[in-house]
Amino acid sequence: MQDEAAVLRRRDLLSLIGAMAGSAAMYHAMTSLGFASESRYRGPIRLEGNPKGASVLILGAGLAGMTAALELRNAGYQVQVLEFNGRAGGRNWTLRGGDSFTELGGATQTCEFEPGLYINPGPWRIPYHHRALLDYCRRLNVALEPFIQLNHNAYLHASRAFGGAPQRIRAVKADFQGHLSELLAKATQQGRLDEAVTKEDQEILLQALRSWGALDRNYNYSAGLFSSAYRGYASAPGGGLTAMPVPSDPVALSDILKSQLWRYLQNFASYNFQTTMFQPVGGMDMIGKAFAKELGDVIRTNARVTKIQQNDRCVTVTFVDTQKPAIVQTATADWCICTIPLTILSQLPLDVSPATKAAIDAVPYADAVKIGLQFKRRFWEEDNAIYGGISYTDLPIRQIAYPNTGYNRTGRGVLLGAYLFDGANAYEFSAMQPAARVARAVEFGSEIHPQYQSEFENGVAVAWHRVPFTLGCRATGRRMRASSITPISARSTAASCSPASTPPSCRPGRRARSCRRWMRSGGCMSAWCKHEALLHHRTDRFARVDCDRCYC
Amino acid sequence: MLTATAAIAEEGQHTFSSGYRFVEMSGEELYNNVCRACHMLDAKGATGAGTYPSLAANPNLESPGYPVTMVIHGRRAMPPFGDMMNDAQIAAVVNYLRTHFGNNYTDAVTAQDVSDARH
Repeated sequence: MQDEAAVLRRRDLLSLIGAMAGSAAMYHAMTSLGFASESRYRGPIRLEGNPKGASVLILGAGLAGMTAALELRNAGYQVQVLEFNGRAGGRNWTLRGGDSFTELGGATQTCEFEPGLYINPGPWRIPYHHRALLDYCRRLNVALEPFIQLNHNAYLHASRAFGGAPQRIRAVKADFQGHLSELLAKATQQGRLDEAVTKEDQEILLQALRSWGALDRNYNYSAGLFSSAYRGYASAPGGGLTAMPVPSDPVALSDILKSQLWRYLQNFASYNFQTTMFQPVGGMDMIGKAFAKELGDVIRTNARVTKIQQNDRCVTVTFVDTQKPAIVQTATADWCICTIPLTILSQLPLDVSPATKAAIDAVPYADAVKIGLQFKRRFWEEDNAIYGGISYTDLPIRQIAYPNTGYNRTGRGVLLGAYLFDGANAYEFSAMQPAARVARAVEFGSEIHPQYQSEFENGVAVAWHRVPFTLGCRATGRRMRASSITPISARSTAASCSPASTPPSCRPGRRARSCRRWMRSGGCMSAWCKHEALLHHRTDRFARVDCDRCYC
Repeated sequence: MLTATAAIAEEGQHTFSSGYRFVEMSGEELYNNVCRACHMLDAKGATGAGTYPSLAANPNLESPGYPVTMVIHGRRAMPPFGDMMNDAQIAAVVNYLRTHFGNNYTDAVTAQDVSDARH
């Protein structure tokens, strides 16, 4: 075992990669669609190898598989992609009126949304620093528009605070900031920061706190026109006889603390959620569709993989057509890139080492539920002046997200009426039938928007553990055995380098550290190397799973 | 499409937990609110690109240690619930499974058994 890497066959290595690319792909399609982060992406991959007609079989036509297919084909490899679904895209998926979806257990939902309205059951936003994905969007002519992560006029809602009344994000943010500034100003003035801050800096600090926290001349955060300029007015400045603004009353610090509303502020602060975020115009699946169009008949849909075998010369994949499952077929290629989710890959007969098999079996997939709701009118805009963005709540639905497109239109609109993940409620919703999930989303959402009661028309609910092509939403780091996984990444780097470009730092046996260094060098060569970013994220994100899960 | 009220009525009583951990305590309620998400109402599982196995009349449940370990640690498509349920909850749901859906294993698991299996 200690020298396992040294005796691994090359295709063994490839399988290992496949396993990783698979989970990484899963991880990303749902989490972020993040092919790379800013610091690592160096522009389009340049394949320097000499394929000499070599063939590559790619399992899965999600974005990971299609990225591999696109780059390898362009580099001269013979590429074929096998996809389980009847469509390409994987978790890069949009539901529109007329679309039908059958979940595990047999419940079929037909989306009844009006033409032009949609919901993205999987990923729905793209950070500006996901440079590789943005680059593919540009190359494939996928039009983007802003995704509103922070709308100051959306709500934060604590069901047991403020009489259940939702609070404007603007006010909570300003009040929290204002109260903290006041506390810090007092501490400064009382000399309690003397050891930490010089006298000269204290003067500047006090000025800064007044400006940042909207404090009055006595360094208090008080009701007045200055604090109202941050948190909003009881009556906003206008014209005519009522032109004069009326200040609003700040919420007490204790109320914010006890209500736990401060918990949601991180959703507007963290790197992954900072402006500018994007969404494809018309639905997230415009990306997958653009890839699929580019690849054409390279992708074979309705193909369910049942076995993956390899020897020193080739990889043989057994599959059945989901429409005619009795007929067993095989596909053979020199190399194979596998993006099949680990939930599924772990159940397939697979030629890999026991250690790799154990690692594949050990990665759990999180649950997630998204529910789209259509309403007769865009009451959140008409009545509440909320244009895009997200309201957060401690109710089981967790979020209500408003459409970031079609603003100010008359007529129907679709909300994301629930987005549950990582916790008891996600399972509790998944365990219900789709119609009950939708009904509960309407019931809970009514506590924030009473208009639900009269305006709701129809909805669709996707519970990711019941999605037949994933059996879960994404790999999760909770309880993940890093010791089993890291060697895979290290080997994958070794395997992924073509002989011509293998940098010395990625010899087998070197661990994640060298892997990262190599990934960053960006000179990768072969197929799944095109997944450099995915592979990289895989290792890198283990440590950051807590933030990854939030921006799918 | 069912009306909202009808859909909820059909589903019956449903508990919603308030945090990361489940608040359901009885085996039946835990099964219906958690396990059922994948193993379905009749415990017969489902198959897509992969499979959620049937738990009905399942000989793997004969040894109580197996389901206890699976619930705590998870494996393959089975997520771990060791952090989301306490020992008594895991014992309750395992005991429920082992005495329903065509299973008839009456040697009940205790919370202590679950606690021992965590380590």
